Parts: sequence; C-alpha cells; structure tokens
Amino acid sequence: MDLKLRKPPETSSRASSTMVNDISKNLKPDMPFIQFDSSSLGYSVGQDRSMSEVSPQVVNQSHCFYAPERETKIKNHLGPSSVIDWNPRLMLSNLSFLEQKIHQVQDIVRSIISQEDHVVDRGNELAAQQQLVTADLTYIIIQLISTAGTLLPNIKNTLLSTDPAVGQPSSAMGMNTNLSSCGGQKPIEILPPEVAKSSEYDELMKDFDACVGEGDELIKCLNNAGAELSESMPIDDHDAKDYDDGMDGENLPPGSYEVLQLEKEEILAPHTHFCLICGKGFKRDANLRMHMRGHGDEYKTPAALAKPSKEASSEPPIIRRYSCPFVGCKRNKEHKKFQPLKTILCVKNHYKRSHCDKSYTCCRCKTKKFSVIADLKTHEKHCGRDKWICSCGTTFSRKDKLFGHVALFQGHTPAIPMDDAKVSGAPDQVQASESTNGMAEHTGFNFTGNTPNDAQSLDIKGADDCQGYFSPMNFDACNFMGLDEFPRSVYEVSESPFSFLSTGSFSFIQRHGEN
Amino acid sequence: MAETVGNLCRKMHGGEGFDTLTLDLFSRAPSPAPCSYSKPAKRPRVDGAVTMGKDEDRQNPFDFLSEEILFLILDSLESEPLSKKSFSLVCRSFYTAESCHRRELTPLRSGLLPAALARYPSVEKVDLSLCPTVTDTVLFSVGNCLRSSLRSIDLSRSKGFSHAGIESVVENCANLVEMNLSNATDLSDAAAAAIGRARNLERLWLARCKLVTDMGIGCIAVGCQKLKLLCLKWCLGISDLGVALVAVKCKQLRNLNLSFTLVTGAGLEVVLQLPYLEDLALVGCLCIDDGSLLSLKQECKSLQVLNLSNSQPINHAGLSSLLNITVGLRQLNMAYCCMVTHSLTSSFRKLAKLQSVKLDGCEVTTAGLKTIANACVSLTELSLRKCSGVTDDGLSSIVMKNKGLTNLDITCCGNITDLSLANITSSCTSLITLQMESCTLVSKEGFRLIGQHCHLLEHLDLTDNELDDEGLKALSGCHKLSILKIGICFKISDEGLIHIAKNCPKLRELDLYRSAGIKDAGIRAIAHGCPQLQITNLAYCTWITDASLRALSKCSDLNTLEIRGCPQVSSAGVVAIAVGCPKLTKLDIKKCYYVNDGAMLILARFSRNLHQINLSYCSITNVGLLALASVGCLQNMTILHLKGLTPNGLAAALLACGGLTKVKLNSSFKPLIPRPLLEHVEERGCVFQWIDKPFQVELESSEIWTKQLEEMRA
Repeated sequence: MDLKLRKPPETSSRASSTMVNDISKNLKPDMPFIQFDSSSLGYSVGQDRSMSEVSPQVVNQSHCFYAPERETKIKNHLGPSSVIDWNPRLMLSNLSFLEQKIHQVQDIVRSIISQEDHVVDRGNELAAQQQLVTADLTYIIIQLISTAGTLLPNIKNTLLSTDPAVGQPSSAMGMNTNLSSCGGQKPIEILPPEVAKSSEYDELMKDFDACVGEGDELIKCLNNAGAELSESMPIDDHDAKDYDDGMDGENLPPGSYEVLQLEKEEILAPHTHFCLICGKGFKRDANLRMHMRGHGDEYKTPAALAKPSKEASSEPPIIRRYSCPFVGCKRNKEHKKFQPLKTILCVKNHYKRSHCDKSYTCCRCKTKKFSVIADLKTHEKHCGRDKWICSCGTTFSRKDKLFGHVALFQGHTPAIPMDDAKVSGAPDQVQASESTNGMAEHTGFNFTGNTPNDAQSLDIKGADDCQGYFSPMNFDACNFMGLDEFPRSVYEVSESPFSFLSTGSFSFIQRHGEN
Repeated sequence: MAETVGNLCRKMHGGEGFDTLTLDLFSRAPSPAPCSYSKPAKRPRVDGAVTMGKDEDRQNPFDFLSEEILFLILDSLESEPLSKKSFSLVCRSFYTAESCHRRELTPLRSGLLPAALARYPSVEKVDLSLCPTVTDTVLFSVGNCLRSSLRSIDLSRSKGFSHAGIESVVENCANLVEMNLSNATDLSDAAAAAIGRARNLERLWLARCKLVTDMGIGCIAVGCQKLKLLCLKWCLGISDLGVALVAVKCKQLRNLNLSFTLVTGAGLEVVLQLPYLEDLALVGCLCIDDGSLLSLKQECKSLQVLNLSNSQPINHAGLSSLLNITVGLRQLNMAYCCMVTHSLTSSFRKLAKLQSVKLDGCEVTTAGLKTIANACVSLTELSLRKCSGVTDDGLSSIVMKNKGLTNLDITCCGNITDLSLANITSSCTSLITLQMESCTLVSKEGFRLIGQHCHLLEHLDLTDNELDDEGLKALSGCHKLSILKIGICFKISDEGLIHIAKNCPKLRELDLYRSAGIKDAGIRAIAHGCPQLQITNLAYCTWITDASLRALSKCSDLNTLEIRGCPQVSSAGVVAIAVGCPKLTKLDIKKCYYVNDGAMLILARFSRNLHQINLSYCSITNVGLLALASVGCLQNMTILHLKGLTPNGLAAALLACGGLTKVKLNSSFKPLIPRPLLEHVEERGCVFQWIDKPFQVELESSEIWTKQLEEMRA
C-alpha cells in the first residue's frame, strides 16, 4: 500500500480530531455526541485498511442507515399518537425523492465495489468517487434531518412521557434539525456563543413547535432538491462574491469594529427571518414584513412596513464585522491574522465555500463542484461548449481572450469542439486530447495521475475536501459509519422509533470495544 | 503544314455530316486556323496526335494537325461552348485535344461528374452551381481525380455535402485558389476548419453560411493567409471577434464583404487597418452606428470601393467621419442610406478620386446635389435611381461639371424634364449607359437630343416614357445601342422600330413589354437588322403573330424570348424559334393559347439548352410536358392552368426531368400527386411553389392595365 492511498484516511482522522475539539468546545462532555465522536474516531484511526476498502462500507452504512424505508417505518409508528399537523403526501413525495437520490448513490457505490479489484492503480479516481458519494450522502442526510424535523415535536410528547432515556438522543436529533431549519431564529449571537446546551432544550423545543406550524412550507422547500439550502439569495450571492475576498484591503484597526460570529447552523439555515407569531421563515426581511400584515392591522402601518434600517440610520452606524465559526480559519476571530468578513452574506458564502462540501456538480463537465449554487451557475456559463480552446491546448474562459491569443501567436488556431468535427482526421484528435488535458488542469483533477505534480495537487485538493466533509455538520452523519453490512434486516426487526439511533450507537460501541 | 490545314478546312467543308461543325468553327470565330498558324510556334510541340495518326491503317487527315494547332483553335472557340462540343465530335484526336484543353467544367448533374472528370483531366475550375445536389461522394471524386490541377470550385447553389466532402477536396487539391460555398446554410465550423487547411486559397465566398461562428472564421483566418477576397455576407454567426481576427491574420485581403453581418464599429476599425483593402461592402450592417464611426481616426488610403447601402443607423456625422478617412475612394454606394444633404455631400470634397456615386432610393436635396457638383469633377458613374427630390437644377449642376460621365441612372426621377436632358446631352457626350425609366415629363425634344448627341450610347432604358415614333427615329442615331428597353411605351409603332432596326445593328437586347402598338412588320425589321439579338421581350404585344417568330428565328443567338400574352402566336411560331435558335435558354409562352403539344415535341428535340419555361394557359397536355421533360437542362418550370394535364402525366414529367430546381404548380395538384413522389423530387433539389390563382382566360386590355397602373401611382 503506497503512501498516496494511505493519505486520505490520515487526513480524515486529522479532520475528525479537529472536529472533536470543535465540538467539545461547544458541547458538554456528557452529551451522547461525544460518544459517537470517539467511537468514530477510534474506528477511523484504528482501522488499518486502505481508503479504497473503507469507502464502500462507509457509503453502504450511511446509506442504509438513512434508507427511506426506515423513515416511513418511523412514521407508521408515530402515526396513531401524533398530533396531525403535517401533510403525509408531501412527506411521501419528499421521501421518494430521497429514495431516488439514494439509489443514485447506491449505483455509484456498486461501481466502486466492482472496481475494487484493481483499485491499486486507480486510487485517485476512487478518491474522487468517494468525494462524490460523500457529497451526495451529506445532502441526503441534511434532507432527512429536515424532513424528520417536521415530525419531531409530535414524537417529543410520546418520548418524553414514556422513556426518558431515549429522550436524550431525541434531543440531540432535535438539535440537528433545529440547526438546519430553525437556527436562524436568533439571528446574531454575540460571542462567545452558547449554543446547543442541553439546558436550552426547552427553548429548542419551542422552536420546533414553530417549525411544525410551517411544516408544509418546509417540505415544499425540501422538494426543491435542496437547492434552497444555499440558493437562498442567488443575486446577492453574486454581489457578495467580490466582497468576500476583496475584504483584505480594508485594514480596519482591531477593536474599531464589533465582531459578530454566527453559528454554522445559522449560516446554513435556509431562512433568516422568522415570524414571531407563527414561526414561518423567510429569506428576506421584506417578505416577512409583507407576511406580518396578515397577523393584524398593527402590522399594516407604514411604520411597520418600512425598512427597519431607515430608522436606525439617524444614529452613527456601528461598524460590524463578522467572524467565521470555523476554528483555525483565517476568517475566525481567534486566528492570528484575523481578517473579518464584511457582511452576513460574505459569511454565508465564505462558510459554504471554505468549510462545506461542494454538493453542486456541474452537469456539463461532471467534475467541477461548488458549494454555492451561484458559483455553479457562473461556472456553467462558460463550461463545456463555451470553453474556448486554442490548437496549442490553452483554454480560455472567454472567447475574446482566445481570439486575442490566436491573433498574437503565429499558427495558433481556434479549436473547433469535438462533437462538430467527428469525421475529421488526426490533427483534431490531437486537439481533443489536448483539450481534455487542459480541462483536467483547470479543474485540478487528473484522472490519469501520471506525473508526481498531478498527484500532489490532487492530494492537496483531497485534503481540502476532507476538511469540508468532516465539518461538524457532516460529522453527525459520519457517526454511524460503524455498521458493517447492509443492515436492512436489523431495521426491520427494530421496534422503537429511534431504534436506528440506538442500534447505530450500539454497534459503534461494540466495535469500539473490540478495538 | 499550311497546306494541310487548308486541305483540312476544305475537307471539313465538303465532308458530309460535318456541316454544323464547319459553321460553328469558322463562321463565328473568324478564321482561326490560318491566323493561329501564322504566328511562330514557340511552344514545345506535342506530337501525340500526329504520331497516333501514323499508326492507323486508314489515314485520318485530321490527325496531321498537331495538338498545338488544335489548342489554338480551341482557344478561339472559348466563348462558344456548343462549337467546342461539335469540335470534340470530329474525330478521336479532336476529342482528345478537347478533353485536354478544357479548363472549366459546369456539369448539369453531379451524378455524371465522376465520368466527366475522367474525360477532362486538366480541369482547373469545377462549377457545380447547376447541380442542386452534390454529395460528399461527388466531392471525394473531384478531389481524387483532379488533385492539384483543381484551382476553383463553386458550390454556391448546391446542397447535400458536409464538411467531410470539403475536407477531401481541400486535402487533395493543394492548389485550390477559389472556393464558393455560399448558401451552404448547414455548414458548421467543422467545415470552416477544413477550409482553413487550404493554404493557397485566395478567394472565398461564404455568403449565408449562418452556422459558421467566430471559431470557424478564426480557423480560416489563421489557415488561409493568402486570402485576397472574402465574402461573409449574411454570416450571422460571425461577430467582431472573428472579423477582427481575419483583419489581423489575412493581411493580403483586397476585397471584403461584411454585408448583413453583426459587425460593429469596433470590428470595422480593425478592418480599415488592412493595408491593401480595396473593396469593402457593408450593406445592411445595422450594428454599425454613428458613434463608432465618429471615433475612426486612422486613414485607410487603399480603400477604393465602399458600399454602405441600407445602413439605417448611420447618419450624416458618421458618414462624414468615415469618408474623411477613406480618401482614396473611387466608388461609393450609399443607396437607401440617409438623406443626401449639403452637410453630407460636402465631405465628398476630400474624395478627389471619386468616380462613381450611387445614391439609390435616398432622399436628395438640390443643395446636396449642387455640393456634389462642386466637390466632384471626375465622376463617370452616377445613380440617382428612385431618389426623391431630384430636380432639373440639382441634376444639371452635376452633369455640367462631370463631362466624363458614362453611366447615368435617373430611373423614377419623375421631376426631370427636357431641361435636364439638354444639359446631360450637351455636356456628357460620352454617355454609354442611360437609364431613365418612368421619367414621364421628358418629351420628344429630349429624345431628339439623346439621339443627336449621345453617339456612344450602348444601354438605353426608356421604359414607361412618353416615347413615340418620332422619338425612336431620333434615338436611332445611337448606332452603338446594344440594350434598348422601350416597354410600356404605348405610342410607339412599327414605323419607329424600323428606324431602330435599320440603324442599330448591334442590338442584343430589346424590351417591348406591353408596347402594344408593335406589329409583325416592326419585329421582322428588327430580326433582319439586328442579327445579334439575344434577349427580347414581346410580352402583351398582342398583334404579334407567328410571322414575327419566324423572323426572329433567324437570330441564331437568341437565348431569351418572352411572348407572354400574345394570343395570336401558335405552335408554328414556337417551332420556328426552336429550330432556328439552338441557344434558347429561357422561354415564356404563358397565355399563348394556341401553342400545343406539337410545339413541345419540336422544342424538346431542338432546344436542348432550355433552362426555364413558362407554359401556363397553353394548350399543352401530358404528351407535350413529357416530351419537354426530356430536355436535360430544364431547371425551372411554371405550369399553371394546363387543361390537358393530369396528375399522372405531371408525376411522370416530374420524375423524368431530373434537373428541376423550381416548379410552379396549381395547388389543386398537391393532393393528387403521391406524397413520396413529391418528396423524392424535392430530395433531388427541386422546390415546389403551389400557386392558388384563379383561372383567368381573358387578357386584360392595355387600357385597363394602364388605368390600373395610373391608380397605383396615384
């Protein structure tokens, strides 16, 4: 087993250890989370197999864990006792969508398994596929948690009354959901944040009640293929993109501004503005204000409908800057050379770009991935056919740049895309290979991986991405990696609505014990 | 050797079956053989023909002629394709000589091209514009047969080939200099990339190649750096980037056509920096606006010809700015562009070399014309066609300053009177072309002046004028007239026409459309006095009978005859034309009710070069049409309201006539002809036009027609 192959597990363990630090900071040590953490940590460190072998398992396990059948089962259990406030049809369609998604992942994993025999020479490719699978899974997990969130308040009643022991995991679960769907209700918390303590449990539950009120809308959102999660404000995203990195030149003296740090959950929440009466969430404040009109005449006054910022404008503005919640990041306020982010949008985009997985894959080139959907759209504008290639193999994102290049150099010709020139002879084929090479260089992936340079670049990339998908958000999902086989039967046998949680953790613990 | 040639000539005259040949050879081409032989033969002799002859048992006297002499004869037959054909039928050596001599091939059907290419190995130019369908296979064979001898290929009217075909031609024919791919609307960048490999290409037409983008033209620009002529008319896929790259890479460009493209001022700026650019067409370039023209600074001294017609967004300021930097301009076309005022034409002052100005369809002010008169003194060509606002004053000032004017077009300048003509005729005595259709205020005095002063006049258009016999008599003073258009002149009669016939022997084209006073005597005189007549239009000259046609059949060069609406014409007249005029290519006998199948049989037998025919309302049945279908050249047929035509007959005719490109038919036939058959014919490159006009037997009388014309004008 060569070094190259060994590297991903190492990075993953490194990432997870940082995650543990991160989490231990925010959570009390007696939380069940920590158990999962340590077990999974032990698993990933202790296991001595190559990544290639790990990945299918990982995928299988997480996959079956979140199999939709499970979810429906839970629903059936809940059915009689739950307070009816959710639309089962919508939920079903949502779940069947997830099922589809899972089948897709299954296919990828199967192909990985089938390739397992000749893995040794194709480590790089495998790593890429693995990333793909992880990205998909994370997406599925987020979806599922959100979906489950609509049910949880109903569960809560039964669980709390019957079994206090199970209450704790459920609270953990509840928290997850809260993170993704309702976190934004307390918009900006001044540091240091005290999030997700178990003492806040009741408050969280309150949030859930609010959430259930808008269950329909939530499901609708989910139906939109999860795009909502990061699509929140595409136009603003575009604008903010420049600010994000353009901040460096600002050089505000430290202390001259107030530093705010949003929690990751808040950053990733689809809605940032919530109705205080019914709990419905909105992307924009203006939409919330329009919504408020329905709650009574007092909200219809011009003052209530006016932009809140206008009133505040009379006072001298406090300079606010934002810190990234990711410890170790240059944008985190604890970093030595801390560089604050200018707006909340900057925070959102920065966090998604730097610390989340890139779940949006370009459907043209199938290689480029993005965590912000606006980035994907920008890329798609000049991806594939719109890629301007010179006969010398140089690629250009813009046609005028290509033509400038061709005008400058003697003998260079614009290269016609291949689908046009199928029948043409050898020179074109050369161009073709050149063009694909160019594409590979551009994206940072080289599937052949012959040269050491390429391999290096890939490794760096891989490490980056590991950081991404072992972020706290996804770590919850990774907790359940311990299952060895496709444990459908196990699920079918289980009775408790949260059996999946307990079995998962049990098997982890057992495995941990074995190790 | 001179004796041998002389003997040959005598034998050719005496030999049976060679009558046509001798006539074709020597009557048209004035004594080529002695003439050519009298020159010292400096070229190396090719003895093939002579040695071949010696070995044969029966000595063929023709074989004694060296290939060189045969080539000289063929050289002088260059303008006579039929004679060359006859020449090749004389004997084997003549046939071989003709095969080797031919440089240009214009096949009617692409299917026979491989065989034709095998016969003519040294063809340099292949013109496929008569073949509606040219497949890649045909192009492969062209490339493989002609190899490096091919220098020019014309595919402007053909469909059915792809970039693969073009690629094979380009790969095999390294000396390709000229390529016309206009109207290849389905050719993409791949084809353009293939063209880009023709390193020696100098002239390229890509009009209406709408799928070619900047990428394709980029390949051409980089690959074909010897380009001197490039036509990108209607190439809507090409933007400034592509044009700019062409301008950067193809420094040899002389002639560039960017008409109807999306090129803007930015692209134009780069184009104007081409060092040798002489001819630039910017017709209908709607993306070039005034603002961008104003910013042009660098002079383009080489530019000689500029076409800016139909450029709506350009106004005075922009045009002036453009004209300021193109100081070497000789020809300027600003048709349908903007109002011609003083401020615009004052920029003509800088254009010292300006020779030709075309302002067709523009609104013109007298002040503007006077400024042109002050600015330009060396004009040879002026077109004010359909300009509104042309006055005697304005026009006179120009013609009096530009005494060297040879071409003047004042069509539809309705305000022009004898005053202008007096000035034109007195100052521009070297006028060669005068087009003044619908100048209704000009009287017989004006025509008298033309006849009196313009002795060099060759092309005169007096359609729809107040011309009478006296005027015609005066005009017969223009002895060099070769094109005379006197349609819609109701007052002229045979008397005037006879004067023309007597005094204008060089007449080649005569248009008498609706000049209803003309009768047989006039036409007979014309046919007698103008033996070179090639084109004549006698439509709606209702007095015309077979006698006229019999007389016209003596004009053996006649290629276009229009006798639409001459009800007294019968089959006999058409037969006479068919027999007497073998070069006939276009024939319109619509509403010649008495023309029947007999005429068609003879026509099919003798007029083997017929391209276009209109048979509507004639008494022609399936038989006649089927006979006609055997004419291989036939491309364009209009067959409306033929009583005797059945769907089956029509279907058979359509099938039999392989070269059809356009057929006009009654829409009632559409459901009656099997769909697959129509599709098959369409696939061969034929376009059907289904006409739904009511059957109208009576000819509208001239009076009614005139009334309608008057109403239209009002």
